[in-house]
Amino acid sequence: MELLAFGKTGWGDELFYATLMTIAVSITAMLVGFFFALIFTPLKLSKYKTLNLVGNFYTTVIRGVPELLVIYLFFFGGSGAIMYVASIFGYYEYIEINAFITGSMAIGIISGAYSTEVFRGAIQSIDKGQFEAAKVLGINKFGQFYKIILPQMLRLAIPNLSNVWQITLKDTSLISVTGLVEIMRQSYIAAGSTRDPLFFYSFAAVLYLLLTYVSMKLINKLEVRYSKGY
Amino acid sequence: MDLDLMITSFPKLLGATVVTLKLLSASLFFGLFIGLFFAILRLNKNIFINKFAYGYSYIFRGTPLLVQIFIIYFGLGQIEYLRTTFLWVVLKEPYWCAIIAFTLNTGAYTSEILRSAFQTIKPGIIEAGKSLGISNKIIFYKIQIPIAIRQSLPAYGNEIILMMKGTSLASTVTLMDLTGVAKYIISTTFKPIEVFIVAGGIYLFMTFIIHNVIKYLEKKYSFQQ
Repeated sequence: MELLAFGKTGWGDELFYATLMTIAVSITAMLVGFFFALIFTPLKLSKYKTLNLVGNFYTTVIRGVPELLVIYLFFFGGSGAIMYVASIFGYYEYIEINAFITGSMAIGIISGAYSTEVFRGAIQSIDKGQFEAAKVLGINKFGQFYKIILPQMLRLAIPNLSNVWQITLKDTSLISVTGLVEIMRQSYIAAGSTRDPLFFYSFAAVLYLLLTYVSMKLINKLEVRYSKGY
Repeated sequence: MDLDLMITSFPKLLGATVVTLKLLSASLFFGLFIGLFFAILRLNKNIFINKFAYGYSYIFRGTPLLVQIFIIYFGLGQIEYLRTTFLWVVLKEPYWCAIIAFTLNTGAYTSEILRSAFQTIKPGIIEAGKSLGISNKIIFYKIQIPIAIRQSLPAYGNEIILMMKGTSLASTVTLMDLTGVAKYIISTTFKPIEVFIVAGGIYLFMTFIIHNVIKYLEKKYSFQQ
């Protein structure tokens, strides 16, 4: 048990901060994912074939390629890409992006592909009459979306979004390969210096279980709130 | 864009794909049995057996696959007793550790898929079998299992694709699978985009094949024929 002590003798505080890091990366990635979903969901639902193609390309490629490969692409290619863009503007110094940004961008793009599918499914399952009724009542496009479609869509999307959240949370463990100190990386460091991998990796598993359990409880509450009217 | 690199790395990556496919097929094969076993336990009325099966699937679905591989590969070797048994022959090989981790992981997801498939079978079908005087065992093997397999095909297809992506984690325990070789080429040439296109293309091609095979099977075994 002294292995988990706080302070200099144990790994308790390190693992605590690592857990906070995992939560921070997951939330950032989820928000980045929502941002991508906001762009690509309309493309997938668009009337135009070319826009459909772009949307489908994004979700198919990201969902068909391993997460680890995407992370390697960002890890090795991220600063190169930024430096290339900077060189166009006449900036030739070496730029290093920190692991947090690389990691949450990579996981965010992955989680965005799943979110896009969830939103597309939710919008498509809203009754067509709702769109028509809104139009007939003379509500403008903005109001149609925010006041009528979005609230109904959220109710349908939340159960599936909770799955996306679980996937995102578990995917953040893969960022440890880039050296960002989250639960997995910290366990790796602790296991290496104490030669007790079984304990630390099992403890990491417990931390992940705890995170998924608590977030499930919170999401269930949210679900009840949004399906009040039903 | 470095076309030469893409052409020279293609055969290397294709060779590594064989490792990925071996890992995938072995873990799916064993995982199916484990999944079926735990799905049947889940349907058991005994609360302890039921809870045990639920706990298994909850733990393996609630933790990242990476943690599971690390526990099995780095963690289990730490137990002195295991080193003296025959299990050590298996556990010292990263290849078998990866397969054990993947099998247990996919087994957990498969058990959930099969359980829900068994539960959606209409009781009328089982009652019909009973009233025809068919024994419980035959009802299970000849009626429930075929219907459950048909029901679970779409979800199981997704699970196969997820598992294919999961095998990329084998590269973290020193195995040179498709992702492992891709990472090696990237880190020696510093050309991530080219390698990503080739390796990603191979993965997408496999996804495409799996997707279409499942679609074909769904059509073949659908009820309306």
